[in-house]
Amino acid sequence: MGSRDQEQKTQNTDFAGQAVATRDAYGAALLELGKSNKNIVVLDADLSGSTKTKGFSKAFPERFFNMGISEQDMIGTAGGLSLTGKVPFASTFAVFETGRAWEQIRQTLCYSHLNVKLAATHSGITVGEDGASHQSLEDIALMRVLPGMTVIVPADGFETKQAIDAAAEFEGPVYIRLGRSKVPAVMPKDYKFQIGKAYTYSLGKDATIVAAGIMVSAALEAKEILSKEGIDAGVINMSTIKPLDGGALLAAADKSKLILTAEEHSIIGGLGSAVAEFLSENHPVKVVKIGMRDTFGCSGPPKELLQLYGLTAANMAETIKESLR
Amino acid sequence: MQSILNSRDISYLKERAREMRIEILKMLEKSGSGHTGGSLSATDIVAALYFYKMKHRPDNPDWAGRDRFILSKGHAAPLLYTTLALTGYFDKSLLDSLRRVGCPLQGHPSSKMLNGVEISTGSLGQGLSIANGIAMGLRLDKNPSRVYCLLGDGETQEGQVWEAAMSASHYRLDNLCAFVDLNGLQIDGRCCDVMNIEPVGDKWRAFGWHTLSIDGHDMQAIVDALDEAEKVKGKPCMILAKTVKGKGVSFFEGKAEYHGVTPTKEELELAIKELS
Ligand SMILES: Cc1ncc(C[n+]2csc(CCOP(=O)(O)OP(=O)(O)O)c2C)c(N)n1
Ligand SMILES: [Mg+2]
Repeated sequence: MGSRDQEQKTQNTDFAGQAVATRDAYGAALLELGKSNKNIVVLDADLSGSTKTKGFSKAFPERFFNMGISEQDMIGTAGGLSLTGKVPFASTFAVFETGRAWEQIRQTLCYSHLNVKLAATHSGITVGEDGASHQSLEDIALMRVLPGMTVIVPADGFETKQAIDAAAEFEGPVYIRLGRSKVPAVMPKDYKFQIGKAYTYSLGKDATIVAAGIMVSAALEAKEILSKEGIDAGVINMSTIKPLDGGALLAAADKSKLILTAEEHSIIGGLGSAVAEFLSENHPVKVVKIGMRDTFGCSGPPKELLQLYGLTAANMAETIKESLR
Repeated sequence: MQSILNSRDISYLKERAREMRIEILKMLEKSGSGHTGGSLSATDIVAALYFYKMKHRPDNPDWAGRDRFILSKGHAAPLLYTTLALTGYFDKSLLDSLRRVGCPLQGHPSSKMLNGVEISTGSLGQGLSIANGIAMGLRLDKNPSRVYCLLGDGETQEGQVWEAAMSASHYRLDNLCAFVDLNGLQIDGRCCDVMNIEPVGDKWRAFGWHTLSIDGHDMQAIVDALDEAEKVKGKPCMILAKTVKGKGVSFFEGKAEYHGVTPTKEELELAIKELS
C-alpha cells in the first residue's frame, strides 16, 4: 500500500513539492500539453534524450521533428510551423539554442514576433562535467536584448510545469531556461505562476535577495543563515526576467538597504544587470551581484562548481554582510 | 473570391513581367536606394508564381487556402512589393514610399508591417528553413496549399541553406518548390570568383531534391517547370533558373555594380524606353 502511495505521488505531474530537474518537469509538461493541445509541435536537434522531449516524440511522433544537429535550421523551421498556427517548442542545450542560432532567433522569430517557444536545457554551470563548452552563461543576456522576447527562468519543477503551460498559452516568442541537475522544490503548493510576476517570499529590512532559477533555493538558505546573525534578509524569485516585475523591485528597494542579485549566469547582461538597470532609473539603491564574474566555467561535479564560483548560500550571506558594513 | 488574375497565357505573363520591371525601376529611382539587379533577374519567376501558379487572394492575404511565397533573398523587396501592388494587395501609389520613415515598404520585407509578406527576411540563408516549417505545418493540417521559396545563388553559400536542403528532403516535403536565381553575381563580383557554388545541380540532386534547370527568363519554361514540380511525389523540387542580373535594361545587365544601385532619372527614362 505504502509503495503504491509513493507511486501515486511520483505520478503527480504538477511537481508541487518535488525535487526534480527542471528539464524533467518540461518533458512531462510537454506530454500533457500534447494531449490537450493538438497544435503543440516539438523540434529537437539530436538531444531529445537530454532535453526530455523524447517522451513527446514517442507519444506524438507525427508532431515531433528531429532536425538533426542543425540548430539554425531548427529555429527557422519552428518559425515556419508557427506561421501555420502550430505552437512549436524547440529544444536543445541553451548554449547552442541561443548562441548558434541567435541571429535566426532575432531575424526570424523576434522581428516577425512569431509564436515559438524556446525551451533550452543544460543552462548554467550545473551542467557540470561536460565543461565550459556546454555551460551556457550568456543566454539570458542574449535573449533579453531581443525586442519582444519573453525570458523565463523557473526555479523548480512545479514552477517549470506552470511556466511551460503559460508559455504555450502566451502569444509570441518565449525563452525558457531549464537545467540539467535536480533542484529542490522552493515554490509553495498554492503558487500560481504568471508571466511577468515575481514571487516575493519576504522583503528584508537589511537586504533583499533577487534570485532566479537554482539560486532561489540558495537564497532561501542564505536568508536563514543571516537571520541567525540578526540580519533581516528577504527573497524574491524573479522567474520572469523579461518583462521584469518592476513593482516587486520597487517594494524591495523601498524596504531594503541593499539588493543582492543571484544568478547562475554571467553578471554581465543577466538578471543582475536587468535589476540594476531598472533600479538605477527608478529607485537607486545599492545593488550587488552574485553570478559568474566574466569567466567561463570548467568541468566538475555541479556542487563543487557552485562552490568554486561562489554561487552558494554562504557566499550570498557573506556578501550581504560585507556590503552592509 | 478565387483570384481572377491567374492565367497560363504566356504573352499575358510576359506582359505582366514587363510591367513589373517598369514599376520596380520607377520605385527604385524614386527611393534612391534599394536593390535593382536581383529584383530584375527574378521578375519572370515571380510573375509566373503570382500571375499563374499560386492560389492567393489579394483581398484576403491570410486566406488559409493560399499558397505561400517566401522571398529568402529579401533584398529583392522591390520585386515583391511591385508584385503585391500589381496583384491588388495594396494601392500602387504606395510603391512611391519605399524605404521612407514609417512606411510599410521597408528596405527588406517586414511581415508585421505589410500584408502579403509571409515572413520578414533580409538576412540571407534563413528563408528555406521557414518554407520547410510551413510545408510541414500545412501537411500536418492536410492543407493542400503549396510553398514556394526564392533564393539567390550567392545566398546558397550560407550553411543554413544546406541544413534546410537536407531537412526538406529528409521530411519528403513534396509540397515545397524552391528556386535559385542563378544570375552568377553577388556583391563582390562573380559567384565563381567570390565562392564557387558549382556544380550546383549536382549539389541539390545529391541532397535528394528533384532538380530542374531552366532559363529563368523563358516564361514557357518557368510555367512548365512549375507544373512539373507539382507532380513530383516524395521529394522537394528545386528549379535552378539561369538568369541575368539586371535583366531587361541593357546597361544594368550582368553588372555586379548594379546590385544595390538605383537608376538615375535619365537611366529610368532610357530603361522604360527599352522595356516598351
Ligand atoms: C546573412 C547576410 N549576409 C550578408 C548580407 C548582405 N548582402 C545582401 S545581398 C548580398 C548578395 C546576395 O547575392 P545573391 O544571393 O546572389 O543575390 P542576387 O544576386 O540575386 O541579388 C549580400 C552579401 C545579407 N543580407 N545577409
Ligand atoms: Mg546572385
